Amino acid sequence: MTTTAPNQAGKKSAGKPKKLSMKARYSALTRDLDWEPSYVSEQEMYPHTQYEGIKIHDWSKWDDPFRLTVDAYYRYQAEKDKRLYSVLDGFAQGQGHLTLSEAKYLNAMKVFLSGVTPLEYAANRHFAYMARQFNGPGPRFAALCQSIDEMRHAQTEIHTLSNYNKYYSGMHNFIQQHDRVWYLSVTKSYFDDALSAGPFEFMIAIGFSFEYLLTNLLFVPFMSAASFNGDLPTMTFGFSAQSDESRHMTLGLEVIKFILEQDEANVPIVQEWVDKWFWRGYRVTGIVAQMLDYQLPRPVMSWKEAFELYFEQQMMGGLFPDLALYGIRPPKHVEQAIWEKDHLSHWLHDTFYQFSHAANFTTTVPDEEHMEWLSQAYPDTFDELYRDKWEEMRKLDEEGKRFTYPGLPQLCQVCQIPMTFPQHGNPHLKAQFTSEYEGEHFNLCSDGCKWIFEREPEKYRQAWLPVHQIYQGNCGGPTIPDVLKWYGVQEGDNGEYVGSVDQKNWVRWHHQIEDKLGTSSEIEETLEAEGVHAAVKKIEEA
Amino acid sequence: MAEQITERPLVSVDLQETEENRGLINAIEADNPDLVINHFPGVIKLQAPGRLLISRESVEAQLGRTWETHEFQMAIITLSGNVSEWDEDRIVISWGPRVDDEEDED
Repeated sequence: MTTTAPNQAGKKSAGKPKKLSMKARYSALTRDLDWEPSYVSEQEMYPHTQYEGIKIHDWSKWDDPFRLTVDAYYRYQAEKDKRLYSVLDGFAQGQGHLTLSEAKYLNAMKVFLSGVTPLEYAANRHFAYMARQFNGPGPRFAALCQSIDEMRHAQTEIHTLSNYNKYYSGMHNFIQQHDRVWYLSVTKSYFDDALSAGPFEFMIAIGFSFEYLLTNLLFVPFMSAASFNGDLPTMTFGFSAQSDESRHMTLGLEVIKFILEQDEANVPIVQEWVDKWFWRGYRVTGIVAQMLDYQLPRPVMSWKEAFELYFEQQMMGGLFPDLALYGIRPPKHVEQAIWEKDHLSHWLHDTFYQFSHAANFTTTVPDEEHMEWLSQAYPDTFDELYRDKWEEMRKLDEEGKRFTYPGLPQLCQVCQIPMTFPQHGNPHLKAQFTSEYEGEHFNLCSDGCKWIFEREPEKYRQAWLPVHQIYQGNCGGPTIPDVLKWYGVQEGDNGEYVGSVDQKNWVRWHHQIEDKLGTSSEIEETLEAEGVHAAVKKIEEA
Repeated sequence: MAEQITERPLVSVDLQETEENRGLINAIEADNPDLVINHFPGVIKLQAPGRLLISRESVEAQLGRTWETHEFQMAIITLSGNVSEWDEDRIVISWGPRVDDEEDED
């Protein structure tokens, strides 16, 4: 299989005879397994790596800093799975679902399962394609490992959360909902956009922009929050997945540097992709922003803080000065993202609150303690701009007029988020951007999405916009119950959290655990007759 | 826009808070005098200006057993910086232009 191995053995590992050095092993087990085709030309063998205009002169210059070989890969991945599954066993045997901070915490996991997990599977498929299509053995092997990682992530996430699905609503139909539910088209269309680009653009989109620039914002504060909210299995799968993620990030960074070093003509092409995919990815992470700030009963880190730490400090302060050496500048529209860090989660959770009757999760007005936390986390904006709205919502709710938005929102043609964003720099002015293409009129939420649309209008005109589809009669019928049925939403999945099936069960189960008072039937009666508030009060009094 | 960085930008490694990682973190702390350590639930964030070194020898001394640098993959959650070296003796994470590695040339 290899002719170079014996000569390099022992070069650096005097204490460990007979063992190749890590570099020599990597070389023997990846590079040396490559061959030059003789029956067909290289271009026939790898037909997809030219049409994007990227010029690669020497594929062997690709370097995998992890020097991962297939034996090491499987050994460590197996160990990661073992650790996770022992946690899952403990969870199932120890009634782990009762250790959560509160049942409403799982709303964040419902969004995660239906919004993110299917993307892991999509990534599995597309990295398998990369593992076939790249000309060099280094990137092919790295892509193969990532493909298998992504499958592991999808499986472990589904497996972990299936334990909650036995007890709680909203998770039973996540695959179909990923394809159908209005807000889930945000994550789905983002990934579809990347899958339908060429291989190099996909690598910049997912490998670099998503994995390197933004994935920290998705996984790290979020999994830390799982730990803080008593969700041990999610924390474990999150960190288990994230340990692969550091390899993916390294691959993403390696790919961009490799492309930039290969030919100067690649620089402007890559810059446009960085500009495009930063903004695409940033818009998607808005969903995480509202999860961090509103969906966790015990918040751990605000979106603003996470953005400052993982994006501004690490990316703007570390990565982009480094990439400047290659002629790459920070992405277009990044100033707007920085400005929005004080506002983003408040806008988006407001939208989630108003439309949760049409979703696969429940929402409720943040309680006083939570609002106090928001006020401290957002000293410049929350009290001034957003508190009043929640007070108003609470008042309506107390009057028995829980607010839900009676219509359907206009969606942005590119990011597919309802167009509720204000103008850059002015929280009081709603942003409205439009573009014309071949006589058709398109609505866009921001300068960033407009710029992206106008670069490739022939692509984005084809977007499957959930609201348009409902109006066109493609989503089960004209009324909300018709559409919810088509979404596969069942009673308890959606709407207001207080009084929901999950909350009632939560109160019952927790009362059973603490049932030394012999008041079970009384609590049950109160729960049925007077509702959750009265039952909780009764338990507290007892 | 980001201000011009005058001092060396921070490199960063986030590790899982586990029993075994304590020894690893002690070793990293000993080898990187400017290390800053921050705790979040389940996560320990290590930051150092410009460069961060993880040395096999130091980790083994802390753990009292042999340790392969590949095992670092079991501990890490995320990083910021280039993995500029990774061999059987050490891992270096740094910002700055990459150094060409002759051993990679086939």
